[in-house]
Amino acid sequence: MEFGTLYLGLAVLFGLFMAWGIGANDVANAMGTSVGSGAIRFRQAIIIAAVFEVAGAILAGGEVTRTIRKDIVDVSSLSANPELLVYGMLSSLLAAAIWLLLATRRGWPVSTTHSIIGAIVGFSVAGMGADVVNWSKVGTITLSWIVSPVLAGIIAYAVFSSVQRLVIDTPDPVANARRYVPGYIFMVGFIISMVTLVKGLKHVGLELSLAQSVGVAVAIGVGIAILGAWLIRRVMIIADDDRDFHYANMEKIFAILMVFTAIGMAFAHGSNDVANAIGPVAAVVGIVQSGGDIAVHSATPVWILLLGGIGIVIGLATFGHRVMATIGRGITELTPSRGFAAELGAATTLVLASGTGLPISATQTLVGAVLGVGFARGIGALRLDVVRTIFLSWAVTLPAGAVLSIVFFFLFRLVFS
Amino acid sequence: MAFKSSITRLFARSPVRPLQQHMDRVQSCVQELEPFFEAVAAGNLARATEIQKDIAVRENAADDLKHKLRGRLPRGLLMPMSREQVLEVLTMQDKIANMARDIAGVVVGREMKLPPPLAEPLALFVRRCVETSAQAREVVDELDELVEAGFRGGAVERVENMIDALHQIERETDKLERRLRRSLFAIEADYPPVDVIFWYRIIDWIGEIADLGERVGNRLQLMLAR
Repeated sequence: MEFGTLYLGLAVLFGLFMAWGIGANDVANAMGTSVGSGAIRFRQAIIIAAVFEVAGAILAGGEVTRTIRKDIVDVSSLSANPELLVYGMLSSLLAAAIWLLLATRRGWPVSTTHSIIGAIVGFSVAGMGADVVNWSKVGTITLSWIVSPVLAGIIAYAVFSSVQRLVIDTPDPVANARRYVPGYIFMVGFIISMVTLVKGLKHVGLELSLAQSVGVAVAIGVGIAILGAWLIRRVMIIADDDRDFHYANMEKIFAILMVFTAIGMAFAHGSNDVANAIGPVAAVVGIVQSGGDIAVHSATPVWILLLGGIGIVIGLATFGHRVMATIGRGITELTPSRGFAAELGAATTLVLASGTGLPISATQTLVGAVLGVGFARGIGALRLDVVRTIFLSWAVTLPAGAVLSIVFFFLFRLVFS
Repeated sequence: MAFKSSITRLFARSPVRPLQQHMDRVQSCVQELEPFFEAVAAGNLARATEIQKDIAVRENAADDLKHKLRGRLPRGLLMPMSREQVLEVLTMQDKIANMARDIAGVVVGREMKLPPPLAEPLALFVRRCVETSAQAREVVDELDELVEAGFRGGAVERVENMIDALHQIERETDKLERRLRRSLFAIEADYPPVDVIFWYRIIDWIGEIADLGERVGNRLQLMLAR
């Protein structure tokens, strides 16, 4: 293929740019609730994010990557001129990354997922006609954007209500926190490893039966629950701390739990959102390496997943930490007993979506989860009008991503042919 | 870069802490009434004036907080209690401080002299009324724990007991008020009628502080019952 190496180089470059944008903006949202509630320190958040975003991308990011790579555009109809898909994917990456940068600068609450989907649909319609777009898939994805915050909210509501019943609303919250928190830790480990085992690991070359998956997931869940119980035993319970605020010691135990949900959140975010950067890269790499053949069945190479993970870590290290710092100061009302419920709801939803191959917005899912806790009368004050802002950001981000990618698409076609 | 995110945007400042701080200031205003009436009973007008000025300053400080909190409660907030309930509690608290300011203002402004037979029952009455408002402050102080507990279980029970105690104290102030009025009635012929009328009014206002304290408790009880 003519310019093959150049296409590859550009794809890697733009993919890194996009992953950088995700790390600079999105990851801070995913980790910010843990930092904001005081459960983990800023530095710990960076390390957790760096390790588990990459792990999530590699272990469970395959399905969403595939969706973005070849389920939105019907690639089979493009075998005559595969360059068009290369231009389109490059344009989409560039468009989404630039839009993300612009929005982060302005403080607009945009979603990386929406910008990349908007960009891909945009170039396809303008460059190759509306027929090549797999509209039923786009419809499913759009529906999942509405369902995911609602589902996260319901899970968070249920989890927080169970905490109220089992721990807070009891004569001895500290003793009950000791008893039940390892159970929640088990849930985090079980759900995430279960989805990963069932859906994610095929491209790593590991295939397990359902029974084997359940067995391994239970083992992982029990393992980290034991680790959690050990950490909880080391928590210093100081009776005097409860004098002003009767729940101070109980919250210390929930802070341990929140370390685990923060890890789950980083993993879940990596599994879903890294694909926004590397899905298009994988598409370009697939076409170039097969010499122009639009390879429908090749798996996503692990090095590309790793590339996305590294880009995110760079984004986090260069800019994301600043965003995270402002979030940490902004959220003082979120105590660990609520924060973990929100994160558990969001992480579960995210990782389920990753398993199903649906690209959803991590930030919006988390917003839904926090509102769920709010509806359980758990949080001091939440602004309901952010829901409106979110819909507004859809209305802007989708066409913005589309228009930008259309411009780049025609530009690339002009330059290369 | 402007580093803002939708997650930060989601969280508004909870009104609970400012509401508690406001009540703290209100109480710091009200509790001055005890030394104030001691000074009045001793006929020490200079000392009474000093305290009256102090009460006015504290009332102003409470007002500042009130305005700040009102400005911070836009519509469209999701809170564990309704916006209207918060504003009502705030209004009640505010009225307590206003009452204390007016009482001290009128007594000093008219240079009112306390008839000696009233000294003892008045001191008792004032103390009990200040205690009512102190108890209301204690209840408001539990609000953060109620939010933490999600308005359920043990915390609710504890606060309900505190509100019961508040009602109890308020009933006692009613009794003390009747006693004080009888004492004043017994001697009213011996003093200038205008002074007597004003003393009736002051007694009324002091009793109003206890009433308002009780009403703060009632508003909080409404928050519990949802």
